Amino acid sequence: MAVSKVLGIETEYGISTGRPGDDPIVMSTLLVNAFASKLAHHIRWDFDAESPGADARGRVQPGSLAPMIETHLANAVLTNGARFYVDHAHPEYSSPEVSTPLEAVRYDRAGEEVLRHAMADVARSYPNAPPIVVFKNNSDAKGNSYGTHENYLIARDLSFGDVIAAMVPHLVSRQVYCGAGKLGAETTSFDGPPQFQISQRAEFFEAVVGLETTLKRPIINTRDEPHADATRFRRLHVIIGDANMSEVATFLKVGTTALLLAMLEDDGLIEPIELADPVGAVRTISADPSLNATVELADGRTLTALEIQEILLGQAVRYVERGGGEAIGDPSQVVEILRRWEGSLHGLATDSPSMSATIDWVAKKRVLEAFADRHRLSMGDPKLRAMDLQYHDLRPERSIASRVGLEQLVNQNDVDRAVTEPPRGTRAYFRGSCLAKFPREVVTANWDSLVFDLGTDPLRRVPMMDPLRGTADHTEQLLGSVRSAQELLARIES
Amino acid sequence: MAEQEQTRRTTTSTTESQDVEAPPADRDSSEQLKAELDDILDQIDQVLEENAEDFVRNYVQKGGE
Repeated sequence: MAVSKVLGIETEYGISTGRPGDDPIVMSTLLVNAFASKLAHHIRWDFDAESPGADARGRVQPGSLAPMIETHLANAVLTNGARFYVDHAHPEYSSPEVSTPLEAVRYDRAGEEVLRHAMADVARSYPNAPPIVVFKNNSDAKGNSYGTHENYLIARDLSFGDVIAAMVPHLVSRQVYCGAGKLGAETTSFDGPPQFQISQRAEFFEAVVGLETTLKRPIINTRDEPHADATRFRRLHVIIGDANMSEVATFLKVGTTALLLAMLEDDGLIEPIELADPVGAVRTISADPSLNATVELADGRTLTALEIQEILLGQAVRYVERGGGEAIGDPSQVVEILRRWEGSLHGLATDSPSMSATIDWVAKKRVLEAFADRHRLSMGDPKLRAMDLQYHDLRPERSIASRVGLEQLVNQNDVDRAVTEPPRGTRAYFRGSCLAKFPREVVTANWDSLVFDLGTDPLRRVPMMDPLRGTADHTEQLLGSVRSAQELLARIES
Repeated sequence: MAEQEQTRRTTTSTTESQDVEAPPADRDSSEQLKAELDDILDQIDQVLEENAEDFVRNYVQKGGE
């Protein structure tokens, strides 16, 4: 039985002051602090429950370093349930846990708004600081990549070997509709560097399975840190995706992945597609915007990325016909995932430029080529490289993504509300609502607990080990009826 | 305008003669697409960083994930 597909998207944003000497950690800290200083509450992130070094395979590979947690850096928990903090040299927005793919889109877009506010807050709060520009992308085109990670709640009793077998072909090939595109190559992965790639991240992946996120990046990341009851749940941490400007691409990225995971939980592994060389396949597919390149399977057959996706779509359609998909949280979204998935594969197969309103790499490639044509530029021209970067620029006056005609799934009012209001369908509701209502009493927070300081007693920790408890259904009435944090805790503990 | 659309629907529903009628419709939509793209390119001309070379060169990101 599939567990509800609670989701979240973490985005590390690129930043620039235009002056290469500026320290990115300081600039990231300014962004987070300028935004956080406006909030009514000032709370610390609680690191007690963090164990990013735990490995889903039950062992830690020699030489694999657990990602560092830098406790001294800026950290804020927002009333929408998100975490906004400095992760190494980037400002990172980790969306609150949501219960449907469309909510994932809305809270991912809210993250862009948080960063946009933060840019303005820096200018206001630190008049002597240089203007900081924020980009939602995954590489600097000079060989440095940073992540957009997805998280999916899955059942603990699922065999991790089955997760690997089911997910590798999907994560290798889904880039055809959720790649963000880029000019050229920045690693030595290719014999002949491609002029344009479908994915920003593809060429940085060097292993099929592993614990790392910055060195020898794996297609399947085995970090086993559920931020929930570890006897029931696992959190699948997907690090191979690109950051999307297209809402439809984000919707499909998490929607297809969540649906295939639910199918695996309900029905087990059905006809898995075993690739002969998954790491090579990621690159081969990324380097071929014609979409004709084939990759080899372990049984010797060859398939294109679109053909792999057609097979996965067919399996998902039959799963839903059998009554599957309940774990996605909203039947109409399941229909929409299948409709858009099929439409994207068909559009890409017959006339890929026709997908420029929904697929980032297609939208980007179309304007790059047309601009080059208009101004008679070679594809290596700095103007085109600036366009490639500015596609992801969050400044409204410089953004190119907002000018290329991308279809929107969420209206701006709903996005703006999501900057401050938590999603209603997960424990993020309780986290965000407590922060809004009791800004002085909540002293630390993390994904699976809140700690209250009531002034007199010892600190009181409220555990939230089930992501599906603490929803609006469970707690809205309670939160509305209590007048103090003392009363809230008394009612919870009674 | 409504009348024009009405006419177009009628011609496309007469299946056999579609080949003769189809090209003008295709041209209309391709011209419309070209006009849309031209408008996007005009906007990009306006917003593109003036010093593209420095803008790209100074964008360096180290550390992450």
